[in-house]
Amino acid sequence: MHSDKAPWGLRLAAWGGLLFLHFPILIILLYAFNTEDAAFSFPPRGLTLKWFTVALARPDVLDAISLSLQVACLATLIALVLGTLASAALYRRSFLGKESLSLVLILPIALPGIITGIALLSAFRSLGIEPGVFTIVVGHATFCVVIVYNNVIARLRRTSQSLIEASMDLGADGWQTFRYIILPNLGSALLAGGMLAFALSFDEIIVTTFTAGHERTLPIWLLNQLSRPRDVPVTNVVAMLVMLVTMLPILGAYYLTRGGDAVAGSGK
Amino acid sequence: MTPLRTLSNVLYQRPNLYLALLLVTPLGWFGAIYLGSLLNLLWQGFYTFDDFTMAVTPTLTLANFAALFNPSNFDIIVRTVTMAVAVSLASAVLAFPIAYYMARYTRGKTKAFFYIAVMMPMWASYIVKTYAWTLLLAKGGVAQWFTQQLALDGLLQAILGIPGVGGSTLSTSHLGRFLVFVYIWLPFMILPIQAALERLPPSLLQASADLGAKPLQTFMQVTLPLSIPGIAAGSIFTFSLTLGDFIVPQLVGPPGYFIGSMVYAQQGAIGNMPMAAAFTLVPIVLIALYLAVVKRMGAFDAL
Repeated sequence: MHSDKAPWGLRLAAWGGLLFLHFPILIILLYAFNTEDAAFSFPPRGLTLKWFTVALARPDVLDAISLSLQVACLATLIALVLGTLASAALYRRSFLGKESLSLVLILPIALPGIITGIALLSAFRSLGIEPGVFTIVVGHATFCVVIVYNNVIARLRRTSQSLIEASMDLGADGWQTFRYIILPNLGSALLAGGMLAFALSFDEIIVTTFTAGHERTLPIWLLNQLSRPRDVPVTNVVAMLVMLVTMLPILGAYYLTRGGDAVAGSGK
Repeated sequence: MTPLRTLSNVLYQRPNLYLALLLVTPLGWFGAIYLGSLLNLLWQGFYTFDDFTMAVTPTLTLANFAALFNPSNFDIIVRTVTMAVAVSLASAVLAFPIAYYMARYTRGKTKAFFYIAVMMPMWASYIVKTYAWTLLLAKGGVAQWFTQQLALDGLLQAILGIPGVGGSTLSTSHLGRFLVFVYIWLPFMILPIQAALERLPPSLLQASADLGAKPLQTFMQVTLPLSIPGIAAGSIFTFSLTLGDFIVPQLVGPPGYFIGSMVYAQQGAIGNMPMAAAFTLVPIVLIALYLAVVKRMGAFDAL
């Protein structure tokens, strides 16, 4: 049997791996405060907050932020409704095609985003729908559903069936049981799923490049900046903001679903 | 009785109606929008694209799929698949010690810390992570500073000189692109391996030791085989995500199309949607084949 202390080589590999995973993120955090105009040099010559003011005064940045927030909110809302309905339908009863339905729900994140993106684009073109906010939301909602679905179905499976039976035995009807037993039980799973879906949508770029038309979400704005490196400091500040918006929900979701088998982010 | 109550009672007595009502919206969304779009796309793969007029006509042909086997197109497929395989292997090698340490040597607070420390970079913005690497690998950037500090300049130049691996600078080399891919998909490999190792009963390891196996033998003959489903599950992500990526190949590494960037270029600049559709079939078929293989390795039980 293993002793409780890990061999030093293993320890080094594990902690070194963590460092590798976090180093680029730390670099982004550092460079957002860089004083130079061309922020490629390392180590930075000095630190400043002035680029935050510059970045947040740029109309193109603000437009992209507001579009991304709008899209993420709408996509999350649709995903919450569809994901909850699907998990309520799939968690207990078995019926013909149940397996294939759960497979279809997972496909948009299991297949590379480029497939979802180009499929939606070609469908929109065939139907004569102009790409815009609406098409971005449709794309995002499609791959966000599975995140909510995973969280809610895990919670439903852990909710003891006897609780529901007890409620019914005590005279509650279906609606009361849903309102006072099932919904409070699902609350934090819905919140966690919603936060993850929001983070996923806020950051999505691959599907979005196909469905966005001329609209620019924040990730697309960032990508355009990269191919035309004009104002690196502003890009750095926006990169840091996007990083935070996508990382913080994972902390929240973790604390909301802690102590269960619901691996909040299993499969992005 | 309020109408809501009456409705809920009716639904309770008719479970099939209840199920149908629950399913109609998600089924409609995924059936019409998602599957409908996919089928529409594959159908367009049979359309004809006229090279001279740059127009798409709905005359059915197999030419697009046949064109995938042209040397230049086939090169793209081979290049992408090679990268996807290399990235999956490297991710497995890097992920294993982290997952093993998490599963065997951490508990309570430390385990939670490791878990979050792996999840955060996994969820952190994809485009920002890629951007961070362009900063790291750039001329005069962090990577160069470190190699200079450690006096490894010569070694780096030697590695960059290897054909097929190197390139003129780190940020335009295959090696740089490979590093970025491994970095971005690594967390997707760590978590399934960790989950597989957590399920490994300690009594098996005790039994192996009691029967006289040395630690290395136990590792090779008990731990590693039982973690294969986890590795296979993780490789589904690393393989499939690398196969379809077109942002990283565009930003880091030498010129030359990947499947993703080819699809993007065909539908965008060239306007050849049928060829783009045909190219999209490649990752779908490869991933389906791959899933069939890893399913036999038990990957689906480890997801």
